[in-house]
Parts: sequence; structure tokens; C-alpha cells
Amino acid sequence: MEIFNVGMTLTEKIIAKAAGRDSVKAGENVWVKINVLMTHDVCGPGTIGIFKKKFGEDAQVFDKENVVIIPDHYIFTKDSKANRNIDILRDFVNEHELPHFYEPNTENYMGVCHVTLPEKGHVRPGEIILGTDSHTCTHGALGAFATGVGNTDAAFALGTGKTWLKVPETIKFVLNGTLPKSMMAKDLILHIIGKIGFDGATYCAMQFEGEVVDALSMDERMTICNMAIEAGGKNGVMAADQKTIDYVKARTDVPFELFEADADANYKAVYEINVSELEPIVAAPHSPDNKKAVRDVLETPLTRAYIGSCTGGKITDFEAAAQVMKGKKVAIDTFIVPSTTFVEKQMNEREIDGTTLMQIFKDAGCRIGPPSCAACLGGPDDSFGRTHNDEVVISTTNRNFPGRMGSMQASVYLASPYVASASALTGKITDPTEYL
Amino acid sequence: METIIKGKVYVIGDNVDTDQIIPAKYLSYDPSNDEERKYFGKYALFGVPEGQSGLPSGDKRFVSEGFSSEYSVVIAGKNFGCGSSREHAPFAIKEAGATVVVAESFARIFFRNCVNGGYLVPYETPVKLTDKFVTGDEVEIDTSKDSVKNLTQGTEYSLNPLGDVKEIIEAGDVFEYAKKIGI
Repeated sequence: MEIFNVGMTLTEKIIAKAAGRDSVKAGENVWVKINVLMTHDVCGPGTIGIFKKKFGEDAQVFDKENVVIIPDHYIFTKDSKANRNIDILRDFVNEHELPHFYEPNTENYMGVCHVTLPEKGHVRPGEIILGTDSHTCTHGALGAFATGVGNTDAAFALGTGKTWLKVPETIKFVLNGTLPKSMMAKDLILHIIGKIGFDGATYCAMQFEGEVVDALSMDERMTICNMAIEAGGKNGVMAADQKTIDYVKARTDVPFELFEADADANYKAVYEINVSELEPIVAAPHSPDNKKAVRDVLETPLTRAYIGSCTGGKITDFEAAAQVMKGKKVAIDTFIVPSTTFVEKQMNEREIDGTTLMQIFKDAGCRIGPPSCAACLGGPDDSFGRTHNDEVVISTTNRNFPGRMGSMQASVYLASPYVASASALTGKITDPTEYL
Repeated sequence: METIIKGKVYVIGDNVDTDQIIPAKYLSYDPSNDEERKYFGKYALFGVPEGQSGLPSGDKRFVSEGFSSEYSVVIAGKNFGCGSSREHAPFAIKEAGATVVVAESFARIFFRNCVNGGYLVPYETPVKLTDKFVTGDEVEIDTSKDSVKNLTQGTEYSLNPLGDVKEIIEAGDVFEYAKKIGI
């Protein structure tokens, strides 16, 4: 029997609105209007190829203002095909007169798409955001429904402004208590992935709420939603609050609508987590759900540290790392990769005790690369920070599957910027507490 | 979609992610480019570690030489295709010549890409087949009955029906499906 009096989750609310319906429920397939389509250099050319093949050479995009092209993956490389791919994007942008192209080697260049998209005001609460990258789920931190899609879905949406969605069930995570001083949002999401397993939210929405979420900065909220995909989540989502509204209004004057879950919404599961009881953790090789308390893997020898990516290369991440590294020297090769040119600029401006973050990293002996995805996903052989041998890396990135950072022989520990930078100073997995 | 699909199986384990299906290094090839697309076939499942490539022996490459595979059906464990949203992943397996993946479960974006791009038929199996089937076994999949026969071993198993996505698979891809239903 149908039950009509059950309320909707935040994700169901957003999808219902986009489907032009009063309500939807988990499990239904619905066609929705999308607000934004983002693509980058790795999936853009394939998307454009399908778009032209299916809609014709003269086809128009659904909405020029909401097609956002952000090359970020393989930017600073001699790989001729990677550079050719950026030419394909540029040609398409020129042909369609698209206003939002963050082109490399120009003043417009930003870097990592998931940091650029909200920073440039392309994400608004209540919207449907598609991106040809699995970490598109990041943008749920602004109260949007955001998910990664393949080239075909992207090409279809590019032409029609539509996609079909199976409305996901929602798993709710209520984070209460106080975040311990030595922990960051990264520890929380690694804890959650470790708890439910990296297929624990397959095709589910992960809705995060509670006083800990309320207290987090926008950057830190994005870190949590960013890794929803590492538990198989369709999307990560947080209801927009005043902090979100202020963040968005400072970046765009596009109007938006706010949604929140109904009190009687139906959840697949609800996890209440007392954050005060948690401690810093890492995800050990070779899976993001391979959760280990830092305390249990102290002294694990490392050969490299890497701080960067959409997950761990935002200004908040570098402020945390600089706090730990200030006045100290790293013991292992340490790679610093700002996610965007804007983050890089802030690193040159923000200071701790009169020294800029950038200078703190230079003084510590870190190697600093240009903004991009760089070695997070390995990439071409000459990618900055890419592994080539049996490196043991502690990294603020999001995945540690075999070969993810380049070499099949390398091992990657995923960690917060606090843990990664404290470990960089000692060359071993290290509890950051004493450095804070 | 063919009703009967026959061929040899290639068996791999749980949590085979998109970096194992097509390592990121090869993503600079453009799948829309006819000259370059064959490289996706060449490097399909190239990142699966030794010891896990072609179970149970674990020492068989999916594509041993050239650009195509001798295997038509991939048999996988849980969470197949997890990780990135790269459509290059199902595309690579298809370019190598396979047409079906039978897994205990799929990561959703991979599943969606198989269907919407019209690359592979993604069947879920309620029974763990990875410890029953041997790489190289001859199988016959009957899409009208949602079943797989292992001709080498003389066994037969039911697969989960394709459900809602069957219409998209039958239409060819999401473009054809949308046309059909008038979107």
C-alpha cells in the first residue's frame, strides 16, 4: 500500500522541484531539469564528441551561462594529447561563445574544478549540478544536488538540459559533539567511510547534519561531501544555512531556493556520531575504507607527503598544514599543490605570526607545484608529485586504490592536512596533537 | 542487445575500481577519435594488479596482445567500477570486445555509464560467481531468461533482471531511449 504522508529528505525535495513535481520518493526514476553542467579536460573532449555526433555539428548547448568548462587534470605536462584536449575545449568554447572557461595559461585559469565551481559562484543551493567527475558530489555542501556523470550523460544534458535520475535512498549522518582540536573534516569523512565501507552508501544520498556540521567552515563542509563517492554515494548533501547563504551571495547574484528535509522523511539508515569521542585517523593502503586510528599506526615509515587536490588542497587545508609546519623542516619529500590559483594567491597573502603560508612551506623544505589535480590521480608521467616506484605516501587526497597516484608499487595513506603535515616533519605517521 | 551472448569469461575480484579498469595515464586519448579509441581496448583492465588478473590463477591479462581481448564476458565481485566517473571505463572494456559484465554489485556511475552509453550489459548476480567460474570458461548468457550457463562446467545460474534500465539497453543508449519516450 502506498503511504502518502511520509515527508521527503533533502535530496528528494531538490529532485522533486527539478522534476516539476510536488513529491518524489526513493526508487522512482524521474527526468529532471539540470542547472549546471561542468566538464574538464579529461572528459570534455569525449563529451563534446558525443554531443556533436548525436545532436549534429550545429547543435546548441542548453544554457551558455550554465555550462562551465574547467581544465584541471593534465595541465602542466608535455603529453601532447593532454594539451590537444585543451585545444578541443577551447575550440568548443569559441564556437559556442561560452562565457565560463577557466583556460590554462591565461588570467582566467583557476585549477581544480571542484574548488573553482563554488568559488566562482556556479553552485547555488537547491540546484541540480552535473559534472563529468565523480567528486562533483562536493557541491552538496552548498545545499545542492550534485553528482558525477559520464560523457554520454553529460553530452545528453549539454544538449537538452535534462537527465534521468533514480531517486536515491538517503542515509542520514548526525554529527554531534565537538570536533577535537587535532581533527579536521577529513578525519570525520574517513571515519564514516571506514564505518559503512566504501560501498556502504552505493546509490544513496548521504545527508550530513548536526552541530558539528553547523560549526564547520564551507571549505571543511566541502571536504566531507567531496568524499561521499568514496562510500559509493550518489551525492553528499547538507542543508544550506546562513553560512552557506553568505558564501553564495558573496559570489553570485543568481537567485536560489532553500530546501530542508521534512521531519518525517524516510531514511534508509540514520547514524548518530559523537564526534567528541573520535580521534585522528588514516585510510591505509589500498582502500579509502581501510580505517586505522593514527595511534595504531604511529611510526609507520613514509617516503613522501602530498598536500593538495579538491579534497585537501583548499586554503583551510594549507592553513592547517602551515600551522603544523611553521618553523620546522620536513623529513621526507613533501609536495604542496594549491588546488586553484585563488588558493595559491591566498597562500601568498595569509600569514601566521608574520610569515606567509607559502613562505612557511618553502622554509620547511616543501616542493611547491602549480595549481591543478597534479598527482592525485597519477596522470601523465611528468605530473608533479606522481609516484614512479614503491613510494609510501601520506596524502590529503581522496583515493588510495592500487596505482591511483601513478605507480602500481606505491602505497598511499589518506589523511587530514594536520596528520599529513605532522607526518612530513618526522617521516613517519604522526599524531598532530603535539604540533598544535 | 543480443538475446544469446556466448564467449569466454574473464574473472576478477571485488572492488575493481576505474583506475584498474583504465589507468588515468591513458585518459588523454580521446574516445571520440577513431585513431585513438582503440588504445582504450589495448589498456582495458590494465591496472588490475598481478595475482588478481584472471582468477583463480591471477596471471592472465585481459588483453594479452593487440587491441582486443579473447574474453567476451567479465565476471566480477562486489562494487565493480567504483571510483571515478570516467566513461572511458565501460568504453575500454567494450573496445576490447567484451559485451557483458556480471558482478555481485556495481558502483552506480559505472552502471549508469554502461547503460546510458550503450556500452555493456551490466548484470547483477545474486550468487558469488567469482569463486565458481574459471577464467577461460565458455559461457552462454540468455538475456530473455536473465541467466548464465557455464558450458565448460555444465552449470546454470539466474541473474537479477535488468529492471528499469532494460528499456534503455534495448533502445541502444540514452539518446535513443529519450527519442523513443518523447523527451
